[in-house]
Amino acid sequence: MAAEGITSTEYIKHHLTNLTFGKHPDGTWGFAHNVDEIREMGFWGIQVDSIGWSVVLGLVFFYFFSKAARQATAGVPGGLQNFVEWIVEFIDTSVRGSFTSRNDLVAPMALTIFCWVFLMNLMDLIPVDWLPMLAQQIGHHAFGMDPRHVYFKVVPTADPNITFGMAIAVFLLMLYYSVKIKGPAGFMAELAFQPFGKYGLPVNLILEGVSLLAKPLSLSLRLFGNMYAGETIFILIALMYSAGIGMGVFGGILQIGWAIFHILIITLQAFIFMTLTIVYMDMAHQEHH
Amino acid sequence: MEQALLYIAGSLMMGLGALGAAVGIGILGGRFLEGAARQPELIPMLRIQFFIVMGLVDAVPMIAVGIALYVLFAVAA
Repeated sequence: MAAEGITSTEYIKHHLTNLTFGKHPDGTWGFAHNVDEIREMGFWGIQVDSIGWSVVLGLVFFYFFSKAARQATAGVPGGLQNFVEWIVEFIDTSVRGSFTSRNDLVAPMALTIFCWVFLMNLMDLIPVDWLPMLAQQIGHHAFGMDPRHVYFKVVPTADPNITFGMAIAVFLLMLYYSVKIKGPAGFMAELAFQPFGKYGLPVNLILEGVSLLAKPLSLSLRLFGNMYAGETIFILIALMYSAGIGMGVFGGILQIGWAIFHILIITLQAFIFMTLTIVYMDMAHQEHH
Repeated sequence: MEQALLYIAGSLMMGLGALGAAVGIGILGGRFLEGAARQPELIPMLRIQFFIVMGLVDAVPMIAVGIALYVLFAVAA
């Protein structure tokens, strides 16, 4: 448990709140101490934990892959090189399978998205209390903060800001390549003259506009929802530890079972995010007939 | 009263989400088996596509379960 003598509701909410750094209403900058302060910070409240972990995991990915690339030999490959080659080959097959045009950007982007999202999802498998409690100890002893006010949410993809950021980046690339390949007129024509021809123009605009905007929305909400739900279930099972030894052992077994099932979900969601990105990029490159 | 409504909302979320996904994954798995029986050489390709679509179908009830548990244990409790 996060601290002695708190209710289960407080425990759940504590675990689902981000460590936020931002501008207080009185003009000073600092960490938020409770949910109301986070709400008052509004747009300029920065989720330090999500951004920190996503950057750290991105660097981990860069470090291992660039190390493998620098040490690559044509002779007998080591374990790391084998592993990296296996992933790159897997991504290459997926991109060749669903991307039909020519663009050198798509495969590296797919590789980055897959590995990054997978690593961020992987944080979900670390037992829910370890890192938040570590952060509490550090915050309490190094910065003299009240342990109850140190919020820490470990999984970056369970934060809608991160998933929406990634989906909006994909969306902007989609718009850029649509306009670049088909020209502004071609892109507008696709929005205006499909599927009912030129006499159904207003209906076409509404239909195509909605389906265009639904792409980044569903892309980000799917990843966020899955990770948020998984995280919530881990936290709820962790609540059983406080209900006596029998329930605690049962909770431990449930935790392991859910973690094993979750391995499938986190890989699948990373793979789906990547595949849908490739498919959307392919749609942006395709002229309608 | 409000408490009871929250419990009903949570259970509806879980139940209806599971219902839809059960039908969807049932149809999907049935078609996958049909396709695999007809053309066994396509199984590797079909399996990948099967998992993609299963992830898409599976996402909605999983999200519903998460939100329902949040409503039941964090909002209603």
